[in-house]
Amino acid sequence: MARKAPISSKKRKSLPKRAAGHAAPNAEVTVEPDFVWTRKDLLGLDELSPREIVCLLETAESFKEVSTRSIKKVPAMRGKVVGLLFFEDSTRTRMSFELAASRLSADSLLFTAKGSSVSKGETTMDTVRNIEAMGVDVFVMRHGQSGAPHMVARQVEASVVNAGDGSHEHPTQALLDIFTMRQRLGGIAGKKVAIVGDIAHSRVARSNILGLRKLGAEVVVVGPPTLVPNAITAMGCSISHCLDDVLGEVDAINMLRIQFERFGGGLFPSLREYHKLYGMDAERLKRCRRDVLIMHPGPINRGVEITTEVADGPNSCILQQVTNGLAIRMAVLYLVSQGRE
Amino acid sequence: MKKTLLQNGRVIDPANGVDAVCDVLLAGGEIAKVGTTNKTDARGAEVIDAGGKIVCPGLIDPHVHCREPGYEDKETIATAAAAATAGGFATICCMPNTNPPLDNDSAVHYVLQQSGKANLARVLPVGCISKGRDGKELAEMGLMLEAGAVAFTDDGNGVGDSMVMQRALQYSSMLGVPLMQHCQEPSLFGGSMNSGPVAVRLGLGGIASAGEEIMLRRDLELIERIGAAYHVQHVSTAGSVEMLRQAKADGLNVSAEATPHHLLLTDAACMGYDPNYKVNPPLRTAGDVEAVRQGVADGTLCCLATDHAPHTREEKELEFALAPFGIIGLEVAVGLYAKALIEAGYCDWPTLIERMTTGPAKVIHSPLGTLTVGRAADVTVINPKKKWTVKVDQFHSKGRNCPYNGMKLKGRPVMTIVGGEVKFRL
Repeated sequence: MARKAPISSKKRKSLPKRAAGHAAPNAEVTVEPDFVWTRKDLLGLDELSPREIVCLLETAESFKEVSTRSIKKVPAMRGKVVGLLFFEDSTRTRMSFELAASRLSADSLLFTAKGSSVSKGETTMDTVRNIEAMGVDVFVMRHGQSGAPHMVARQVEASVVNAGDGSHEHPTQALLDIFTMRQRLGGIAGKKVAIVGDIAHSRVARSNILGLRKLGAEVVVVGPPTLVPNAITAMGCSISHCLDDVLGEVDAINMLRIQFERFGGGLFPSLREYHKLYGMDAERLKRCRRDVLIMHPGPINRGVEITTEVADGPNSCILQQVTNGLAIRMAVLYLVSQGRE
Repeated sequence: MKKTLLQNGRVIDPANGVDAVCDVLLAGGEIAKVGTTNKTDARGAEVIDAGGKIVCPGLIDPHVHCREPGYEDKETIATAAAAATAGGFATICCMPNTNPPLDNDSAVHYVLQQSGKANLARVLPVGCISKGRDGKELAEMGLMLEAGAVAFTDDGNGVGDSMVMQRALQYSSMLGVPLMQHCQEPSLFGGSMNSGPVAVRLGLGGIASAGEEIMLRRDLELIERIGAAYHVQHVSTAGSVEMLRQAKADGLNVSAEATPHHLLLTDAACMGYDPNYKVNPPLRTAGDVEAVRQGVADGTLCCLATDHAPHTREEKELEFALAPFGIIGLEVAVGLYAKALIEAGYCDWPTLIERMTTGPAKVIHSPLGTLTVGRAADVTVINPKKKWTVKVDQFHSKGRNCPYNGMKLKGRPVMTIVGGEVKFRL
């Protein structure tokens, strides 16, 4: 509690200064037309300014239109090489980046840990240096270890985009979540968002908290104390252990997947109990605001964190999130490849 | 008979309460005279002008990883001993987490033999508490003691099983040797940095203070009943310092050490995921650093120890969570201690030197660490005003895992004499 106050007041102080011309605390962050993106890497939302986040969102807005053309391609990255380094499994993120690179006319190289030299004991750095030697301009990297893209970014010339590192950050997922919220809720500042589930192990949660707070939203994280570390409040969110308490007061609910692969179990008694306490079902949806947005980063464990009728119902924007992910990733690839020049 | 005369230094010998500008004469490998010397004393001696410098007993580091046998790519006894003398240490105690571990008398003999070959700093072996350091069966402490071990520890691991620890304390109390504990309850260990807001933000698993303090609390309960000598390695939390302060007030036979990194760095240093800041016990909070400094100043922590833990470059180039724990410290220790304790106003040079000489000597029941006439001629000369910049590439140690590279320090050993022989001269 004591931690929360100074952070939110600091927010109020810093936001209007960055968003020039806006004095009200809940004003949307805007970005001047002459704003220039300079970053070579996108490692997380932690280091981005509110204006940089909005710049990404607005660039994505302009790329969205490309997908509606009959020839869905622009020459923005013609001749560039995007190296997709998936040290950890992924479906959505990988395909989304692959398609984004292709829509920008870049060539892409796909690396997956399975069936590679990693299984022969090659280190991450050696793998990356070898692929860089083939002439890569942008690395998109998914890795099971927190901080792995930061390690790589320190040592390579190419741009590095974090496509999810351990339990740390997943910036493009949070950007597409925020993009979708902006689209459906009409703005971010002053909105209240609940993130429900395994906060302790979730990179999606961390990036969402950081991004949403920077754009002026309120965030409450929900789950049992074994999945929600108290120290998370230092990132500017509040904590609730009772989903039912927050249902009526939020504009969007982001349901996280229970990540069985990230911990050895034992953090909650059973899936049955978890579903009873924190699962989103039709009953709970009735107690939410009528137009509440139900989100999920996927892949869904149907019947655990979310029931099928909610996941496929009218409040859900799960597939819209995936669609928007493409525009976000096009924007990210385009901007970082500009940033290095 | 070889004679050396150190003239006009500020002689600080805490064991004898000496702090005066005078001379120290070494002859035949022993301390021959401390005070005013005459022409007869100087005859045939190498005369060294120590004006403006501190002349003190050879420094002792009770916690060093020499990595030999088994991990000679990280460090050897010879390279560790060279790093030691370059850092002003005449004596280092080496930890038994080698491969195979130092859990029997022949392993202890091997360390002493390698140390003799290197012929630099004295290397005193610390044996394992349990066979194979696995915390189950007692290692042959009696035989190791006979072979030359000075203390016992499973360093790297705390002894988790309370029955094993109870037996170890009972047994070591018979032998009159201290047990050194790496306080960390094994079932609470599972991360790569201090648990708290920084670990949460970085998405790294946390190592909570509770893991250190729970084991320390249990051990204090045991030694209160058994009465054995007990030493706490690398104290990292404010709670541990407070518990130790109380235990000392209660008259328990406890001693403890502090490392340079727990005196200088906080977990915020891990923000950039640089594995050079990954160490066990982890870097804690500013409040813990303050408590550890206070503990050293008031004597609750009676020793300074580097926990010099070299690793290869490729190991420390791994992802943060995959890289091994450890920071090297031998060659920078004096400058770092001066920065953390003297420059920050916690203590003066005599106290600092006490924590690096008589403090550790008492723990391991050693006659070293003093300038008493007739004792071994181990002497360190420190230039307290020397300003220098840490350059890891100039280290004698094989390790380069040093987060202080490029740091500007004040105060540096300029000469290390072991048994009357100059082993290092800057």
